Amino acid sequence: MIALASDEVLVGIRNLRVDFRIDKTEIFEAVKGISFDIPVNSTVALVGESGSGKSVTALAILGLLPKENSRVHPDGRVLYREHNLLELAPGAMQKLRGRDISMIFQEPMSSLNPVFTVGFQLGEVLTRHLALTGSQARARAIELLREVGIPEPEQKIDAYPFQLSGGQQQRVMIAMAIACEPKLLIADEPTTALDVTIQKQILDLLADLQQRHRMSVLFITHDLAVVGDIADYVIVMREGEIREQGGVQQIFEAPRDAYTKALLLCRPQLARRPRRLPVIDDFLKPTPLELQDIPERSRGLSGDEPIVLEVRHLSKSFYSRVGLFGKREFKAVKDVSFKLAKGKTLGLVGESGSGKTTVGLTMMRLHHESSGEVLFEGKDLLAMPPQEVMRYKRRIQIIFQNPYSSLNPRFTVGQILMEPMQIHRIGTSEQQRRDMTYELFEKVGLPDASFFKYPHEFSGGQRQRIAIARCLTMKPDVLICDESVSALDVSVQAQVLNLLQDLQDEYHMSYIFISHDLAVVKYMADQVMVMNEGEIVEIADSDEIYLNPRHPYTKKLLSSIPQGWHSAKATT
Amino acid sequence: MMEAVLGSTAIARAESPGLWVLAWRRFCRDRLGLVAFVVVVFFFGLMVASGLGLIAADWSKEVGVSDAPPAFIGPQTPPARPAAAPAAAADSSREGKSEPAVIDPLANELSDIRHQKGAGATDTAIVDPLADVLAEIRRESGAASAAETRAPTLVFGGDKWGRDVLKKAIKGTETSMFVGLAAATLAAFIGTVFGALAGYYGRWIDDFFNWFYSIFTSIPYLLLILAIAGVLNQKGTTTVILILGLTGWTGIFRLVRAEYLKHKVREYIQAADAIGASHMRRMFVHILPNVSHVVLVQLSLHVVLFIKSEVVLSFLGFGVGVDTVSWGSMLNEAQNELILGKWWQLAAATIAMATLVTAFSLFTDALRDALDPRLK
Repeated sequence: MIALASDEVLVGIRNLRVDFRIDKTEIFEAVKGISFDIPVNSTVALVGESGSGKSVTALAILGLLPKENSRVHPDGRVLYREHNLLELAPGAMQKLRGRDISMIFQEPMSSLNPVFTVGFQLGEVLTRHLALTGSQARARAIELLREVGIPEPEQKIDAYPFQLSGGQQQRVMIAMAIACEPKLLIADEPTTALDVTIQKQILDLLADLQQRHRMSVLFITHDLAVVGDIADYVIVMREGEIREQGGVQQIFEAPRDAYTKALLLCRPQLARRPRRLPVIDDFLKPTPLELQDIPERSRGLSGDEPIVLEVRHLSKSFYSRVGLFGKREFKAVKDVSFKLAKGKTLGLVGESGSGKTTVGLTMMRLHHESSGEVLFEGKDLLAMPPQEVMRYKRRIQIIFQNPYSSLNPRFTVGQILMEPMQIHRIGTSEQQRRDMTYELFEKVGLPDASFFKYPHEFSGGQRQRIAIARCLTMKPDVLICDESVSALDVSVQAQVLNLLQDLQDEYHMSYIFISHDLAVVKYMADQVMVMNEGEIVEIADSDEIYLNPRHPYTKKLLSSIPQGWHSAKATT
Repeated sequence: MMEAVLGSTAIARAESPGLWVLAWRRFCRDRLGLVAFVVVVFFFGLMVASGLGLIAADWSKEVGVSDAPPAFIGPQTPPARPAAAPAAAADSSREGKSEPAVIDPLANELSDIRHQKGAGATDTAIVDPLADVLAEIRRESGAASAAETRAPTLVFGGDKWGRDVLKKAIKGTETSMFVGLAAATLAAFIGTVFGALAGYYGRWIDDFFNWFYSIFTSIPYLLLILAIAGVLNQKGTTTVILILGLTGWTGIFRLVRAEYLKHKVREYIQAADAIGASHMRRMFVHILPNVSHVVLVQLSLHVVLFIKSEVVLSFLGFGVGVDTVSWGSMLNEAQNELILGKWWQLAAATIAMATLVTAFSLFTDALRDALDPRLK
């Protein structure tokens, strides 16, 4: 633990232990006796992958754990001033919450009540905790909105949440959280649901507010890269235990724990492109791997690769009704043209709403195009009659973002993999199809026992492997990866990226790799295409685009990437 | 986050079978639901056994005295009723053929004629034409009443013809429950198919079904039922099933349609489209198992609803025919009996119905909690 004088400690957590009851006999230890301090006027980052117990820790501090199936061990203590928060009466705790300790959640859209205006929801906090009158509360609310950087706060105070963008909603949540000048602000993945440019703004805002209000922030995240910019102290958690804690400089420059090292290096970096990404197991082995040992991979197009797919002037509009007869057109994709080379990866980068997913879905005929053509072996896929499309369908496949929703929960994995083979009559008999399924299990690294299991029995990474295996059953020429690793933990993401790369090396498939994460795209893609508001603003070889971005939007995107510790030092 | 933590631990467990097995385990944890389930299964068993003729096949046999009281009350004492007293003749209009005494309908006329003719006339002049027939009837009925003595009390009493009320209630269970199950299945089938088509295809198909639904529901429910009953103009179990099934699909339609609207844009359906699955395959192989819990819960809710509706229909005289017994027709008979203080038929039908309906409702609640744990 970090050595601190007692007057420097705001909240001290001692031997916190939280159990969840799964059923009568089984108990899951979410947090296994952790101790750490949150110092006064500083930012502590709690970093860990899903299931590490980081959010449970935050909820335990706030006393928000569900009473019916969770148990906080009585030995543990959460010391705030002279109180042990774990033993505080519910009424006293409620007074403390929101006034002394407040929290921001991951999803701003679902944390705000959609039927009340922003001003009403902010005012509620102010009148309840600070006993302000209606007009005082309104004046203070406008002040708060201005402070968190909402433009035209006098107008926006009467806006409903849906009239604000995701970033603005998160700003409103932050305004509510700091309304009562809390001593401790707990931010649970506050930027995970936001675009990279918005994420940077919110991180800057949080850092600024922390300084100005002299409060402490407990910043919970799965992404070590965002921590470097704002944290003073870092705590790395895994499976309910603290692996390492220390100052941010020590964690980034001289991590002692193998897991911390792994977390830092599993994430693709802009500077290097190893042949394979290191995974956690590489670091937990007796002889840990050195990053320098992995050979680098060169990317880019030579210019004479055969073209497997060509998209020409693709446009897609969505219409919404206005009034009785009117129609409003929203152009999601505007005149997009590109070529995909055989065996290469085209990265498609853009923020949410840029139309990158729509491009993928329209190419697959999952959306109807408004105009344009998609040429595959010289034939326009979009103009084909449905019977003819069936022959080409299997050759272009897609892996979706969310492995939890892209597999039918009522099918066994065996059924999921056999279905495309049955539809396209691949394999002559059921027995042969079954054999092919088991071969694919081996290829994507799933146990044979998966055949009779249901998707809910697998972790996120395993489910994405199932989705990949389903595409491989049809031996496609083109694979569209629509944010396929975005929902995965850093270590799992590395494994899936390695798998995708191995498969490309083996089968020479072409990938269209859609992602908002520029580091991942830099790692995977030979060519990168940047989209903004439905238009392609720049296409270039991936090294080229990261070294010499030409379009201002590309430059803005690149400058928003969280840089971790090293470059943060360099800029200051 | 909490779900994520719990979810990931559930995955970590070594063996964890299919979703239906998980739902069954959740169901078994609900004690009240389990008790209700046992009651429902018991009634179901009664229905099957009675349908196969294993029990209560002789429900229409007149085994007891008229309005025989239940055994735990004891036989009726006042008014003592001698078996073949002449006074009983006055009562014959109510008692009907069940009265063992056989009265010669020509007796009065014959004695009048004989009186007019005078005592000295020859006997051959006036012959009773019914004498032989009457003698035979007397012999037969005498033998019969000697063979079957009518029980003064029955287990749960008898109706006015002396039929066993308990057996009637069991037979009524068969009718009412069968009607409920069959009508609910029909309604669920129509509702699911319409809802699937409307929700999945959307656009004009959705509009068409929605208009059809709106028109259908704009007619008052009972009026609609009575109108269809009037049109079919044929009493019987099948008619009741058709009436209830054809009018009761509307709620299920709305719910299934909403579920399909939700599921058709899910990624796993897009994935099915991407691998080339046809519309029918996506609709009924991919989506249907994912909405089947909704249909199942609706099905059992409608069983309860339709059991009650059948009772109402039969009570109003639009229900099952006179040759079958249902809880509704029992309640209909009980109207007249209750005035005379014969409460047992009413009690039997009511207890049976209340038990089944309550148990089925509790079972449905438990089923919903087990199949859709997010609601909890």
